[in-house]
Amino acid sequence: MSDASVTGVEGEERDDLSTAESKQIRDRSLRLLGSLVRPMRGRLIVSMIAVVISTASQVAGPAIIAYGIDSGLPALLQQNWMPVALAGVAYLLAGVLGAVLIAWFTVLSAQISQAILFDLRRRVFLHTQRLSLEFHESYTSGRIISRQTSDLDAIRELLDSGINQLVQGVLYMVFTAVALFLLDAESGFILLAALVPLAVLTRWFQVRSQRLFRRTRVASAHLIVHFVETMTGIRAVKAFRKEKRNEVEFGGLVEDYRQTNARVIKLFGIYDPGLVLIGNVAVAVVLLVGGFRVIGGGIEVGVLLAAVLYTRRFFDPMEDMAMFYNGYQSATAALEKISGVLEEQPSVPDPEQPVDLWTSKGAVSFDDVAFGYKADRPILPAFDLAVPAGQTIALVGSTGAGKSTLAKLISRFYDPTEGRVTLDGIDLRDLHPKDLRRAIVMVTQEAYLFSGTVADNIAIGKPDATREEIVAAAVAVGADTFIRGLPNGYETDVNKRGGRVSAGQRQLISFARAFLADPAVLILDEATASLDIPSERLVQDALQTLLADRTAIIIAHRLSTVSIADRVLVMERGRIVEDGTPADLISGEGRFAQLHASWRESLV
Amino acid sequence: MSEKPGSDAAGTVAVLLRLRPYAAKALPRIYTAMVVSLAASAVALAIPQVLQWMVDGPLTDGDAGQIWLAFGIVLALGVFEAVLIGARRALVLTPGTHVEARMRNALYAHLEDLPVAFHDRWPSGQLLSRAVSDLNLIRRWLSFGLVLLVVNVLTLIGGLVILLTLNWVLGLIFALAAIPVIAYSFSFERRYSRVARLSQDQAGDLATSVEESVHGIRVLKAFGRSRYALKRFENQAEQLRGTEIEKAKAIAGIWLYLTLIPDLAFGVCLVVGVWLASTGQSSVGELVAFFATGTVLLFPIWSMGYFLAMTLDAKTATLRFFEVMDSENTITDPVSPAVIEGGRGELSFDDVHFRYQDAPESFPDLIDGVTLTVRPGETMALVGLTGSGKSTLTALTTRIYDVTGGAVRVDGVDVRDLSRDDLRTRIAMAFEEATLFSQTVRENVLLGRPEASEAELREALDIAQASFVDDLPQGLDTKVGEEGLSLSGGQRQRLALARAIAARPSILVLDDPLSALDVDTEALVEAALRRVLATTTALIVAHRPSTVALADRVALLQDGRVTAVGTHSELLATSEHYRFVISSLEADEQQNDEQNQEVTT
Repeated sequence: MSDASVTGVEGEERDDLSTAESKQIRDRSLRLLGSLVRPMRGRLIVSMIAVVISTASQVAGPAIIAYGIDSGLPALLQQNWMPVALAGVAYLLAGVLGAVLIAWFTVLSAQISQAILFDLRRRVFLHTQRLSLEFHESYTSGRIISRQTSDLDAIRELLDSGINQLVQGVLYMVFTAVALFLLDAESGFILLAALVPLAVLTRWFQVRSQRLFRRTRVASAHLIVHFVETMTGIRAVKAFRKEKRNEVEFGGLVEDYRQTNARVIKLFGIYDPGLVLIGNVAVAVVLLVGGFRVIGGGIEVGVLLAAVLYTRRFFDPMEDMAMFYNGYQSATAALEKISGVLEEQPSVPDPEQPVDLWTSKGAVSFDDVAFGYKADRPILPAFDLAVPAGQTIALVGSTGAGKSTLAKLISRFYDPTEGRVTLDGIDLRDLHPKDLRRAIVMVTQEAYLFSGTVADNIAIGKPDATREEIVAAAVAVGADTFIRGLPNGYETDVNKRGGRVSAGQRQLISFARAFLADPAVLILDEATASLDIPSERLVQDALQTLLADRTAIIIAHRLSTVSIADRVLVMERGRIVEDGTPADLISGEGRFAQLHASWRESLV
Repeated sequence: MSEKPGSDAAGTVAVLLRLRPYAAKALPRIYTAMVVSLAASAVALAIPQVLQWMVDGPLTDGDAGQIWLAFGIVLALGVFEAVLIGARRALVLTPGTHVEARMRNALYAHLEDLPVAFHDRWPSGQLLSRAVSDLNLIRRWLSFGLVLLVVNVLTLIGGLVILLTLNWVLGLIFALAAIPVIAYSFSFERRYSRVARLSQDQAGDLATSVEESVHGIRVLKAFGRSRYALKRFENQAEQLRGTEIEKAKAIAGIWLYLTLIPDLAFGVCLVVGVWLASTGQSSVGELVAFFATGTVLLFPIWSMGYFLAMTLDAKTATLRFFEVMDSENTITDPVSPAVIEGGRGELSFDDVHFRYQDAPESFPDLIDGVTLTVRPGETMALVGLTGSGKSTLTALTTRIYDVTGGAVRVDGVDVRDLSRDDLRTRIAMAFEEATLFSQTVRENVLLGRPEASEAELREALDIAQASFVDDLPQGLDTKVGEEGLSLSGGQRQRLALARAIAARPSILVLDDPLSALDVDTEALVEAALRRVLATTTALIVAHRPSTVALADRVALLQDGRVTAVGTHSELLATSEHYRFVISSLEADEQQNDEQNQEVTT
């Protein structure tokens, strides 16, 4: 990727961003943050008020003590309890108010940050689903998982403690500063002067940590990619003794991650004591200046004491603030990556003005369609094809002839580069997604099972299906017998990646799904490859009834399928080279006749 | 995952102590950091004492020179404190990352070692959340939480002692205030531990959902069920949100105590202190020092809530970590592995039984007494209905699972007596689901024998008819698997086959290796495969007659038992079930056959 761009997920792993690029992605992530925080405005204001009051009451502490000593003590010496009692009660009230509000604020801010997180989680999840297969095929699943787990963790960490710390800390400092100014302006100015080195130090930290934090996100994504891949492919790892090699590889990634982390931490290890140093010097200077003023009679001892306490307190939340800033930098780096994913546009976008199609007849047509993943490499050169409603088509040809690509165009996993694919005369690109998915369903060789019960998995075909409907679908495709034989029948948990059911059984379940979905157009892409012959026969019997009144495109290497087809298309190198009824083609001398003959031979 | 979290302080300590082996190297530095940190706190506490001296001394006397001295001391102490804090960070944080890395590597190695049965049971998101988030938590607690928790406690004790020496009455008031806080913290621990654990588990479940939604994206898209998946995800995220808010409420509870009680104590101290000063039992300087010291103590008190919560988070994370680490590996290498001298590659099953541990008792064994011998150099096809146990039987050969009865033997040696490495070098497998890793084609094919020559690699690719690799953008060096290029099912399957062949095993176990190939390619692969199979022992799961044709003999598997063994034609002639399983002839043709037979009889 020599053409430098940071749009979307491009250039995600680079850390040599130019200032402009860096700004571009930072702005992008801040916009995202803004859009997340905006709906929370109301609650944020309420919580701010709570924290303002509570902080104010905390800050009042030293002033009340100063009052108690400076006025209460002389008064008490004259047997006047009033001022000191007043001070005591004021201190108690301030304490109670401050504590109650802080507790309330803690809950409130958790509600806000959890709402923000929930919103973000939802957005990323939904967007991941919306992104087209093209994206998923090039963006490792491990990376998208790391975006949704460890990157979100970084943001959660910030929100969890961060917002609390920030709001409280800032207010605490502001109030303390104001109180100090009101008490003794001269000390206030000393404090103000201390802010200059503080700003310089912070800027230094910001610039350096930004880059390092980006690296930690990349390193953690690498770690997760490797981890997920190993755990998903554990059988192959074991069978080919990859464990030791993996440990070395993973160890390298762990070390990478550790080093980037350690570097960030070291940076913080300079920043944090730096802040303490600035604070302590400020305290000493206030003491020095104030001391001379007390001797000169400029201020009371109580005022000096309060000034010193305030200055000290001003820097108290500094460590928390620094940690917040650290977390903020880390979270922004994560937000940058997440906002990159969110910026990706699906190459198969939902229509802006969707056309409804409540009931589909199932007529599919390719008008001058051409397709290629890359412009210079056409997979399917321009062609026309009309599939009348209700027709069953067998798509035949060698591996790589473009059969699956054709199927993916009908199910709109991809959009054609030229021309249009229509359903009942409506361009698929204009069709409302709900109608498209209801009308057209594709079953592939890879029959993925989600964790949950067998019934849950079948119900993916129709989420509101009753148990009767689910069972009926399973019976129809011949899956009922084996499902009833499972430990808990339809309620059996299929476990991780369907560990306990065989590949053939998974295909049966996925068939039942399609049966339940009851689409107008059904596409079967090698959907029976792992079935044994009797099961396949059952499926085919079921298909014959199922396909009677709907359109079907069946891709199968085993030509037994052809017997239920009305029409056969033979593909070669992206072109349809033969098109006719099975009987016509078999009796001819073309490609299909040869294929069919050799297939017949292979049978018993 | 069902284990009850330890519910008392002793439990927490006991759990956290288990981290010692991983943290051993870092411990000296952690202890040093505590000392340094304590020194920093002592310095911070010393500053108010200087103030007291100044108020009672120079300020009353009006001695300017002494003020310079006080300034010098406060400045020196301040610089010293900063240096100590820097030293604390330098001491602890890098070793902390090493502990984290060590634990992560150990977890990974253990997970790789654990049997497949473990992985079947554990959702991968739960493993991921342990490997990433939980270990992060533990690192931060070790290098930060632990040090500051200890230091804070000691600081508080030290501060209290100072307060008591400054003025025992006021100090006592302050000390008594600690009692309700400590009492409350016990109930806090119980409450918080429970929700912390829940939240970590729920985060793991959420990670599982994320993984599944990504891995199963094709199904979700094909059925347009993204919204449905979102609903499920939202439900889980909603639960997690609820738990997190529970957590916040627990924290709010302890915060309330931690801010309220010291403030109340301060208020009382103020009144009492002024009264003491008015009666001459205390000096103004003493009061100043008392409150200044108290103020220094406020932040350690408040932050106790934070560190307590962090400690409990670390405890539950540690529990979760050890749940995996404590999982016993049931498939291990023998103490003194047997060695096969130049074995010829005989594979035999001797009354083999297998059942999943959690299968209900009423269920028969999945593999229910299989006795079968594949002779050296012989190719045996395994035929049977979906679910008859074919894949399971192949998995037993390389100890993906271990038999629950009987034995699988290679050249007469029980596979459990061989080292796993040795066994898996002798037997290479191709699974029906072809797993490719994000590596180059070359690395993927040479997975079982990285040292193989270019010619051997070529040969394997040729046999598997995988010449398509030369058309890939970077040929053999193209990255495949998840990252980069996506291959079709047939292409993946051929690479997986090439991988098994390239490993040059003495026994090949192929689980339906040609299911995704078209008829032509299949014929080519079969022709080439014959050459390999002529000299290699092979067990091949087959669904199609064409694959069966590769085999010398066929074993028919029926409900976990081998019911017939023989050549293809023998079985066709003698076994009705075999004809049922393998014959693709139209049903009516079969009926005709049967009728004809009836007629002849």
